Amino acid sequence: MLAAAFVGTAVYAQSAEEKGLQIAKAAEKADEGFGSSIVELKMTLKNKNGQTSERFLTTRTLELTEDGDKSLIVFESPKDVKGTATLTYTHKVGADDQWLYLPSIKRVKRISSNNKSGPFVGSEFAYEDLSSQEVEKYAYKFLKEEGDLLVVEQDPVDPKSGYTRRVVTYNKGKGYRLEKIEFYDRKNALLKTLTYNDYKLYKNKFWRALTFNMVNHQSNKETLLKFSDYNFGAELAEEDFTEVALKRAGS
Amino acid sequence: MNAIQKTKNAANAFAKNWANFVIKYKWPVLLLTILLALGLGSQGKMEFDGDYHVFFSESNPELEAFDALQEKYTKDDNIIVVLAPKNGDVFTRKNLTAIEELTAEAWNTPYSSRVDAVTNFQHTSAQGDDLYVDDLSYDSANKTDDEIKEIREKALKEPLLVHRIINTEGSVTAINITVRLPGENSAAEIPEVTIATREMIAKFQEKHPEFDVYTTGLVPLNTAFFESSQKDLMLTMAMLLIVLIVTLVLTRNFFATLATLVVVIFSIISAVGFVGLNGIKLTPPSAVFPTMILTLAVADSIHILITYLQKVRKDGLDKKAALVESMRLNFMPVFITSLTTVIGFLTLNYGDVPPFWDLGNIVAFGMSMAFLFSTTTLPALMAIFPIWKSKKAQKESAPKPGMYTKLGEFVIRQPVKLTVISLAIIGMLTYLASKNVFNDEFVEYFDTTVQFRQDSDFINENLTGFYNVEFSIGSGESGGINNPEYLQKLNAFEDWLEEQPEVVHVNAFSEVARRVNRSMHGDDQSFYKVPQNREEAAQYLLLYELSLPFGLDLNNQINVDKSESRVTVTLKNNSSAEMIAFSERSEQWLKDNAPASMHSLGVSPTLMFSKLGFRQAESMFKGNIIALILISLVLMIALRNVKLGFLSIIPNVTPVLVGFGLWFLLKGTINTGMVIVFGMTLGIIVDDTVHFMSKFLRARRELGYDAKDAIIYAFETVGKALVTTTAVLLAGFIVLSTSSFALNSYMARITVIIILAALIIDFILLPSLLILVSKKEEETVNAPEMQMQLDK
Repeated sequence: MLAAAFVGTAVYAQSAEEKGLQIAKAAEKADEGFGSSIVELKMTLKNKNGQTSERFLTTRTLELTEDGDKSLIVFESPKDVKGTATLTYTHKVGADDQWLYLPSIKRVKRISSNNKSGPFVGSEFAYEDLSSQEVEKYAYKFLKEEGDLLVVEQDPVDPKSGYTRRVVTYNKGKGYRLEKIEFYDRKNALLKTLTYNDYKLYKNKFWRALTFNMVNHQSNKETLLKFSDYNFGAELAEEDFTEVALKRAGS
Repeated sequence: MNAIQKTKNAANAFAKNWANFVIKYKWPVLLLTILLALGLGSQGKMEFDGDYHVFFSESNPELEAFDALQEKYTKDDNIIVVLAPKNGDVFTRKNLTAIEELTAEAWNTPYSSRVDAVTNFQHTSAQGDDLYVDDLSYDSANKTDDEIKEIREKALKEPLLVHRIINTEGSVTAINITVRLPGENSAAEIPEVTIATREMIAKFQEKHPEFDVYTTGLVPLNTAFFESSQKDLMLTMAMLLIVLIVTLVLTRNFFATLATLVVVIFSIISAVGFVGLNGIKLTPPSAVFPTMILTLAVADSIHILITYLQKVRKDGLDKKAALVESMRLNFMPVFITSLTTVIGFLTLNYGDVPPFWDLGNIVAFGMSMAFLFSTTTLPALMAIFPIWKSKKAQKESAPKPGMYTKLGEFVIRQPVKLTVISLAIIGMLTYLASKNVFNDEFVEYFDTTVQFRQDSDFINENLTGFYNVEFSIGSGESGGINNPEYLQKLNAFEDWLEEQPEVVHVNAFSEVARRVNRSMHGDDQSFYKVPQNREEAAQYLLLYELSLPFGLDLNNQINVDKSESRVTVTLKNNSSAEMIAFSERSEQWLKDNAPASMHSLGVSPTLMFSKLGFRQAESMFKGNIIALILISLVLMIALRNVKLGFLSIIPNVTPVLVGFGLWFLLKGTINTGMVIVFGMTLGIIVDDTVHFMSKFLRARRELGYDAKDAIIYAFETVGKALVTTTAVLLAGFIVLSTSSFALNSYMARITVIIILAALIIDFILLPSLLILVSKKEEETVNAPEMQMQLDK
């Protein structure tokens, strides 16, 4: 048994970096081909004293293989931002493109900001936590394996990231779905933990967690995301992710 | 009469038996007390807590309001690192690059949650429908001269930066590091942050000697508290030495001094054990306990030793007889002094400032132990040590007794005149005492030798203020901060605040709303006003928030529900009264001009300290009255005389009034630390009164002297002891008055005045009063006696 393990490591003489990257790629591969999806979600912000505040959103995602995914998020509530929508083109390399439609002035504004590390609508999620997880955005290092669980450290490539590293737990036996992410801030102290719960398997291939729970260990605040059922059947196309579509989605 | 005689005899017998017992079993007694002291000492633990929160009790309403505000937004403490480039211009490529570097490094500060600097300021600009949000100066090393000029212009026009992060000349800039301390163990967290920032700054200065660096903020304030506690503890060592020298000079006996040292050290060790056993974390006010115990314990020992030495030197008694006699004469007075001191210190628990509770309890325990050691260890040691009868001393003491006798004679010649003059002076000073005003400016707690004070002063003069007041302004509804009416009122409040003379900087959400509105209208300055429509405001805010980076979000300024926003007003250094007045004026403006939901109470650490003195004085007043009643009762019982018990209130209270009256002439402002002096000095003052009155009564009762002779007797027997203890106490408190920490140094300074006043009052006013009171007594007593004789 010990000998076998020894031989095993000898045969797959692979650095931790290579193994980490391999896992990330395997995870990307496992989720390939979902095409597009529509999902509604409820975001609950909770402070230390348990006071809560809610926001409702709808997210449309279009899978792209050449470049990063495109997504369109529409705010349903609070009332005064209803209809506000963001359109994002994630890029494998370089800054993402982002537009915002403001129904109050009926205009689309382009946000030229490299800042993706700030909190998303006051929540404990940063925009970078929610955007599409492109393999190219991190450097990897495999840490350990516990049964089906693979733990990989990911160091963001973007110097403006709010994190020094993330420690990500993949579940190999369940299509490399994510189970947990620990975020370490710039001074390398544990900042937040994101746990994925209530997984559901769609089309016998795509795992989607219906609950995300982000806990900030430094502020003791929490944000809970509850997703409705994913709709993979809408067959969205490129034209559903344009500035015109953004305006249409908002109004 | 018979019953009284019995109790007196019983007390005398008890003291005698005690002394005989201690002398007989001197070795076992010594051993046991050593074991007791070391046993307690072994439990000792000295931990320091510099967190400014320790000054506020949990029920303190100002602290509650401040904590509530921090819960709503973010709980944060800060470190302000101020950089003054020697070339006088922040905006050079080299300097900006260095600032950028230090800003990046500052993110590594333990518990840091936010770093604000001129370089990472999130500047918003617009080009058509493109909105740019970016660091004001990113990658400064590669900026052209024109770009740097532009950065300078932008920075010096930015209301959020000027007077907060940069001065108007662009010659001094700050990096504000916000830390979120977990608050689980501030005794460990604060030093951790301090060490890290000091290292960071030292490295920076080594690499960039072209900058002068200054540090202030709440964490450095905590550190200054922490370090001054430790420094004041070191003062005790110096004080111990001085007190010993004074003791040696005054007793002219090496072994007596040695025995005193042992009593003092045992008492302090025991108190340290008490600190450890109760898990007390020391703070600047409570860290002075060794100083207090030292001086008070010395006074106990000196009474016993002086009588002992007098009996040996003057009356020629042998060692054992002199010891027993000294114990018999001093046991009660020393016991009463200890008891009243303990009562006095325990009343500190009535105050509203927890560090003084600790101080009161530690010293009360230490004093109880000092009593125990001076009546056990001290006589045991003196019984063991040989007595060196110095011929010189004997000769010297023979022609000398005149001094105290003369003073006594001076008093008995003119008791009425002295009483009138004394009361007139006391009355005048009492009036002046009421003119003192409270001032607890925490920057001024530290004198100008402390780095924190120097740096804070520089920053106050050149960049911004250190004092602030914060308001949480509610809108009354979820998302209501985007309501135009709310924004307009908030804007009006912001404008009003800006006009106030003491205001240096205002940070309000209305400024963010104006700035974003301008950016949404192509940077058109005419749109630098709050949005007119709620949806617009909400959506602009959403857009703006989406474009902010990690750590520079608005969570410190608006609450999660977007129903309230925070206004932070930075102020010039102001006295406590001015701070409170400003806060009340602001609260009133809101009441007069804004809807009820927007009414708000000003809160901040500065304001909490401003109100601390008043709160402490109010709560201590009750404690002081109780102490005074208890102590007068103790004196009535101990002196077995109700009238003299009442009379004792005068010499017990007036020294404090005189002290504060003179203080008004010297300084005029008092801080929280001084409020406690009444309770604290009461024991010391009573010591003088008790010894004097008990000797006076002894002469009357045991020796059958009349009032005037009894006064002379009292002067001759305790005059020297009172002067000696006063000298020792003065030496001690003068050392403490050199502390760089005003809560302690002011307290020590006024204590010096009070102790001196107490001695003078006890030598002038008390004997005069005793004669005046006894005259009436003698007349009334004499009359029935004559009556009886006539009857016979």
